[in-house]
Amino acid sequence: MLTLLGVAVVVIGFALRLNALLVVVTAALVTGLLAGLSLVEVLSAFGKAFNENRFVSAAWLVLPAIGVLERAGLQERARHIIGQFRLLTTGRLLLIYMLFRQLTAATGLVSIAGHAQTVKPLIAPMAEAAAERDHADLKPGERDRIKAMAAATDNIALFFGEDVFLAIGSILLMVGTLKASGIELAPFDLSMWAIPTAVAAFAVHGARLLLFDRGIKQSSGRKDAVP
Amino acid sequence: MITYGSIYILIGLLFLVFSVLSARDATNSRRWTTALFWILFATSFLAGDYLTDLGNGVLVLAMALVAGFGGLGKGSVVSTSAEERRASSLKWGNLLFVLALIIPAVTLAGTFALKSIIMGDVPIADPKQATLISLAIGAVIACVVATLLLRQPLSSPFQEGRRLVDTIGWAALLPQMLASLGAVFAAAGVGKVVGDLATQYVPADNLLLAVAVYCAGMALFTMVMGNAFAAFPVLASGIGIPLLIQHFGGNPAAVASIGMLAGFCGTLMTPLAANFNIVPAALLDLQDRNLVIRMQIPTALIMLLVNTTLMYVLAFN
Repeated sequence: MLTLLGVAVVVIGFALRLNALLVVVTAALVTGLLAGLSLVEVLSAFGKAFNENRFVSAAWLVLPAIGVLERAGLQERARHIIGQFRLLTTGRLLLIYMLFRQLTAATGLVSIAGHAQTVKPLIAPMAEAAAERDHADLKPGERDRIKAMAAATDNIALFFGEDVFLAIGSILLMVGTLKASGIELAPFDLSMWAIPTAVAAFAVHGARLLLFDRGIKQSSGRKDAVP
Repeated sequence: MITYGSIYILIGLLFLVFSVLSARDATNSRRWTTALFWILFATSFLAGDYLTDLGNGVLVLAMALVAGFGGLGKGSVVSTSAEERRASSLKWGNLLFVLALIIPAVTLAGTFALKSIIMGDVPIADPKQATLISLAIGAVIACVVATLLLRQPLSSPFQEGRRLVDTIGWAALLPQMLASLGAVFAAAGVGKVVGDLATQYVPADNLLLAVAVYCAGMALFTMVMGNAFAAFPVLASGIGIPLLIQHFGGNPAAVASIGMLAGFCGTLMTPLAANFNIVPAALLDLQDRNLVIRMQIPTALIMLLVNTTLMYVLAFN
């Protein structure tokens, strides 16, 4: 049971909004030491895993390209384009993006979109611009909520789309785990069972996106209602 | 053969430049510690494979201490003004969009192409690493083409990159840190303890309750560990296989697949899944770093209920 103290450190640390890096290091030390490892062993295990997981940070390589495009007015262009399609409200735009992201993820094209590739340079500014166009005096907090919803939509579409594809990591993990217990399954059997959830996720989050438009309307004035 | 090794060198060099630019930026009140942090980050990418495990551990500890005690400051980059950006966006029009699409397009094409181009007997890139390698190639091509075509200063990729990385700050380190914490949890047997706890409290006579505990357990355990991959083997071998599949006779594929998706509901609700939940908040410069999670919670909770229902209805007939 004492091993769970490290988990408690994480939960409490994040809840109190302490610096996440210090919380993580503390949790690792607490967990490792309570499990009977020495300080050197804990640090070594942590360092080894850190080194092996460097590929997670490959996404930062897109920063210079995104920065240059922003410098040259990419976000302003996104605003301009959204200005021409008045029917594309924030919610509808995100709904279309969700469909695109789910369908491409379901066919294995997981990394053609993402927070660094599409959300930051294109989707978030377009969603914000659509709200700007339709509503008067958009508050800063509301802008943040719109940008956060763009990121949330990307995650939800990805998570409930990718498992429909046969060769995604989680499907292979399931095949391996079941095989260890003597149950032989083909990836296709597993991916087929991801379809009902994928459809449900589109319905649930899609409905939230359409309601999201109304939420923005209520928290800020409507432009054409201004005399 | 191109492997992650070449990408790491590229990232290391990029962050080395960020470090030098930070050190030279007198407007950053903490420029020396900021530079130190990025130089340590660069060291991990350039020399991580040559350091011992303990050496890497000390490196991470140093980074966490520098950033954890407020060592990272924001510099100021002379970028374009809002006016200039508007003018520039009118001048270049949709070319800006086309250039932005280079990254996803090259990633897509590269993922397929790199696997099939074979030189001698080996493919030019490790097939398992093709996606990230293509992403890196796409990022470099987009950066070079955009800088030249849009006639931006040659220093702008680095300066603008530093502007963005300054807004991300220490969160840039978080995804790797949390992956490492997961490894320490695994080494200490945290998974087994939680799995034993969950197994102890599952009712063996009530199917609906057993399904609910399995699905909620997947979500909760995923929240604790930061990803569903760590939760799945524990809960599958603790509840899924012995109880739901063998005892209640559930369809193995449905129990496994929908169980994993219940775990994904947990991923949407935890700050520990930093690359999905905290990194975008940092990239989008949101005041509240938990706002993405807060937007996701309603969908995640409904989907947890949906997955539980789907499994109960579909897996047992």
